[in-house]
Amino acid sequence: MRITCPLCGERDRREFTYYGDAVYADRPAQDAQMAVWDDYLHLRDNPAGQTRDLWYHETGCSSWLVITRNTVTHAVVATALLAADGGDGAGGAASGGSISAKLKRSGAKKPAARKPRAPKGGAA
Amino acid sequence: MPSLIAKSPLDGVEPASHGPWRLSEADPGPIALVAALPGQAARASAALKKATGLGLPEANRIVVKGGVRAVWSGREQCLVLGAMPTDLAGAVVVDQSDGWAMLRLDGPAADRVLSRLVPVDLRPSHFGEGQACRAPLGHMQAVILRAGEGFEILVFRSMAKTAWHEIETAMRQLAARSHA
Amino acid sequence: MRIDGKGLVDRSTTLGFRFDGRDYVGHEGDTLASALLANGVRLFGRSFKYHRPRGVLTAGSEEPNALVEVLEDAQKTPNVRATVQEVFAGLQAQSQNRWPSLSHDILAVNDLLSPFFSAGFYYKTFMWPRAFWERIYEPAIRRAAGLGAHSGRHDEAADEKAPAFCDLLVIGAGPSGLMAALAAARAGADVILADEDFRMGGRLLSATEEVAGQPAPDWAASVVEELQGMANVRLMPRTTVTGAYDGGTYGALERVGLHRPAAPDLPRECFWRIVARRAILCAGALERPIAFADNDRPGVMMASAVRAYLNRWGAVPGKAVTVFANNDGARALARDLVASGIAVAALIDSRDGASTAEDFPVYAGAQVIGTRGRKGLREITVRHSAGTVRLASDCLAISGGWNPSVHLSCHMNGRPVWSPEIAAFVPAEGAVPGLTAAGAARGRYSTAACLADGLEAGRAAARELGFKAPPLTVPVAEDGACAVTPLWAVAGRGRAWLDFANDVTVKDVKLAAQENYASVEHMKRYTTQGMAPDQGKSSNIGALAVLADATGRGIAETGTTTYRPPYSPVSIAAMGAGGRAEGFAPQRFLTSHGASVERGAPMIEAGLWYRPSYFPRPGETTWREACDREVAMVRDAVGVADVSTLGKIDIQGPDAARFLDLLYTNTFSTLPVGRVRYGLMLREDGHVLDDGTTARLGENHFLMTTTTAAAGLVMRHMDFVQQAHCPGWQVRFASVTEHWAQFAVAGPRARELLNTVLDTPVKGEAFPFMACGPVGVQGVAGRLFRISFSGEEGYEIAVPARHGEALFRDLVARAEALGGGPYGMEALNVLRIEKGFITHAEIHGRVTAFDIGMARMVSAKKDCIGKAAATRPGLSGEAREQLVGLRPVGAVKAMQAGAHLFNPGEDVTRETDQGYVTSTCYSPTLGGFLALGFLRNGRARHGEMVRLVDHLRGLDYLCEVSDPVFFDPEGGKLRA
Repeated sequence: MRITCPLCGERDRREFTYYGDAVYADRPAQDAQMAVWDDYLHLRDNPAGQTRDLWYHETGCSSWLVITRNTVTHAVVATALLAADGGDGAGGAASGGSISAKLKRSGAKKPAARKPRAPKGGAA
Repeated sequence: MPSLIAKSPLDGVEPASHGPWRLSEADPGPIALVAALPGQAARASAALKKATGLGLPEANRIVVKGGVRAVWSGREQCLVLGAMPTDLAGAVVVDQSDGWAMLRLDGPAADRVLSRLVPVDLRPSHFGEGQACRAPLGHMQAVILRAGEGFEILVFRSMAKTAWHEIETAMRQLAARSHA
Repeated sequence: MRIDGKGLVDRSTTLGFRFDGRDYVGHEGDTLASALLANGVRLFGRSFKYHRPRGVLTAGSEEPNALVEVLEDAQKTPNVRATVQEVFAGLQAQSQNRWPSLSHDILAVNDLLSPFFSAGFYYKTFMWPRAFWERIYEPAIRRAAGLGAHSGRHDEAADEKAPAFCDLLVIGAGPSGLMAALAAARAGADVILADEDFRMGGRLLSATEEVAGQPAPDWAASVVEELQGMANVRLMPRTTVTGAYDGGTYGALERVGLHRPAAPDLPRECFWRIVARRAILCAGALERPIAFADNDRPGVMMASAVRAYLNRWGAVPGKAVTVFANNDGARALARDLVASGIAVAALIDSRDGASTAEDFPVYAGAQVIGTRGRKGLREITVRHSAGTVRLASDCLAISGGWNPSVHLSCHMNGRPVWSPEIAAFVPAEGAVPGLTAAGAARGRYSTAACLADGLEAGRAAARELGFKAPPLTVPVAEDGACAVTPLWAVAGRGRAWLDFANDVTVKDVKLAAQENYASVEHMKRYTTQGMAPDQGKSSNIGALAVLADATGRGIAETGTTTYRPPYSPVSIAAMGAGGRAEGFAPQRFLTSHGASVERGAPMIEAGLWYRPSYFPRPGETTWREACDREVAMVRDAVGVADVSTLGKIDIQGPDAARFLDLLYTNTFSTLPVGRVRYGLMLREDGHVLDDGTTARLGENHFLMTTTTAAAGLVMRHMDFVQQAHCPGWQVRFASVTEHWAQFAVAGPRARELLNTVLDTPVKGEAFPFMACGPVGVQGVAGRLFRISFSGEEGYEIAVPARHGEALFRDLVARAEALGGGPYGMEALNVLRIEKGFITHAEIHGRVTAFDIGMARMVSAKKDCIGKAAATRPGLSGEAREQLVGLRPVGAVKAMQAGAHLFNPGEDVTRETDQGYVTSTCYSPTLGGFLALGFLRNGRARHGEMVRLVDHLRGLDYLCEVSDPVFFDPEGGKLRA
């Protein structure tokens, strides 16, 4: 598998460390409900199809990336830096920050809302 | 009081030659990691330019002025080789002079040797003069610089012997192909 | 026998080689198979199960029969295909799977017992009694199983692996591959042309036809020459593309040194990972056999192989050759034989109405129904419209049509598509992104069609890659008929072989269907069809056709088994090239390494680092003696240890303190400049990630230390926290682990020692416990930290690594003058256990701040990573196993980490488990064994007795639970 690091260029996936669903970058506020934290820490969708996940360019530039890829075809659809362009220097919250805002700036698609899927097939 | 003796990472190892290739230890001079603070890349680049004549290089590039080089080493950061700038507005500077070992590989089509260890397209047509990259060298992290027909290779000081051994092995094996 | 003047071997060279103890001569350009055939050898090996005599079947990598062992001094490489192995001077090979010799093989008795060895024999026979499975059946079966044998020695030969990059990878250098490569290369694309043969040209090398007015091999050579001269082309002969993977990555195996005598450093093979933007599969097609009774005798060969041995190698395959085919293509072979003066006994064309107008007898609508000849073919029986006839023949060339080599197109889950017109499977389009097939690989069989198809594929690829394809015309070539009427198996009695390598017959496949192993995947596993080294290249399609017939389904419906990489066997040594011994992992050496080794210190691996275990002195016979002395030395005088392996991260910027507050559970923004603070880091799930000290070197400048083990992990974590949670904060950080050599100087005389090397002496009160600052060390700018991992007054002194060795030697010499010396990892461990200091033995990933008694270090005033999750129920409280100290009651011989703790008087079961031991040592200071461990509700149980049990090492005794700090609990020595 080949991954295009937005900085280093196209590389073999062995240079990258996988870190799971990109929702992990969307840290809840410290005082959020325990159910929210539980969801954030432990619950993940397991889609057959498009997914967005975090990869670390371990033996390259040390950037964290959000990679959109297809779990069925293994196609890498898009790669983006997790951190937006250097920030505005104004700081920002360490928690409750919005990854969607960051992704908007880095040109990636907004994540679809996660909701329970209806079971496939069977009588409606 | 005796002053402390300084040793280079490979401690003056004799250059190794196999086939048309030669491996030697190089002295990059002082090494400063210059990293722009978030959102301050332009300011940092200007400050670096004032101090060394070199701005922050673009991704995967080297810029040179006199005996000083700035080698891209990550997002909005570079390794300055040959100078130790201080007090750069908008940037932090970290002295890494003793943290790296520099190996130099010379000889025709040296990319064939290094390709045994670095899974990046290093052919001159794709990785020519003025280019550098961060990439694995075997299981090590490295910074690879194009240097004429050959390369300069920065690896962590503690792993210099392993890097030497692996590159020399690649040289031997490739040389054996044409000699056999 | 060779035909003079025929073939592409260089008769002026003579290469002496040895097979089964006999000397032969071959020529440059020979394979082991062609050379042996030319020397009249027909018997190459014994079959896998029945030990039947077998000869060469094919002339390529698909060979199922002629597998041999190649010997090189004491080494041997089994299962080498004689059809691939090139002959070189001094080559030594031997047949395999026979004992005592190839012509007299004891296990050939299996052939007589074959009625008992039908498909599923093992499953049915060795089921009862169950007690026999491991003791009797398995060892017996293992002894009889297998083909070649390994030497049993370490393989010391060199191998390589390497990446390669190109715009276009052309797989196969036959007519279509050559044209594809030429078209794309002339357009300017970066092309790699790989072919498994040592000479490029594919089947043109065996052809007698003309291409562009030249003999076909000459035309191929001229194209290869042109390609060779182009800077944008890389030719990779002897390179089999073995697999297609994600993202345009292809695996390929190059034979580097297998075709010449071994030489120092010469790799045997190179495993390539080729990254290509586009690829064209020009792998050609494999001829398929026809199953009939006793079709496996030496002398029965594929028609294409006979043609190759005749035309490419000038090797005469027999004195009277018969051709048995169901298609037009094989006729050319019969004509070639006649033209070369070799008798053609007959052409047996299974098709009714096939033309009989030839210079040799033709039986139309006829079939071979049997053969004779124990160690080589003598006679065949033909059934034709007017009855049966026996023909004397020592070579039978068979052709059941062709199977396009679709393999690579299926490696990413694609399924081939059945094409009724050519009665074969062809690649599904788009099954591997970026890969297209051309020529015979997609069922375009004639030379003219292959050339045209390759040209078009090459041009199309160049266009897609953004190159302008120059005009190029298709060379004139033969466009012969290739019509085929399927014939998979001839009906009749006797065993008709499908899979020669694994001895699978038509009957076996039918039995599988009868026993309801009707799915092709089940049939494969039940019969072992296609599971030999050749992976059924020539037999799978025939077997599934037989299965389709037996189950009444069509071939398309039956489908194929799954094609998986590698296309042909890849040695693990090649894939893992460079990974042996030193190449397994980088070795990280301390600047003090040489000095430690000089002192006889055994170096032990700590992650990738090599650290001294202890420093033996004359008269010390065990490690414990040295360790005890070193501990006492630190407690009573002064010791020096290299601690440079700890991770050191330089953190700078106006938001550096704020960033540390987010990373650590405790507060660093309040730390004064010139001071050090111990910090605890959690994972976001509330468990401990790492611990260490962080020094404030300036208002906006910190230096963090991590444990040796977690240095990389912590760096990754910090990158994540910054890039995910606070990308705009004004902070940057970098590893300086390698820049500084850092030495612990610990003991009551530590300051006294230091003051002899520092340019400005330190005073106790001016440089208290947890102070830090810049120092001059014999004129070198260094740093000094007053921190301790031993419980003694301790310092860590750091200088740039170039001065590390000199400073270590100097410090050690001075320490020795003060009654101290260097200490190693063993003593370091004892010192820290005596003080109850934790390492990753304790913070192993399942413990919380509460568990190690540091809950109060989680600041209530601020957020930090892991804080929210750490408050979850279950991560604190009485049910948790908590850090405690343990001391055996009475004298014991040993105490080991990994032991478990139980309440005295209770059963030793998983349910009654109370905790476990993480670290142990013999403490010379306290005169006995000590341990750290985790005990349920442990902090409330100091003074209680627990039972320590270690079944592995036979330990079972009582321990007293205590505070984990055994020595100097008030810390007075630290602050002296």
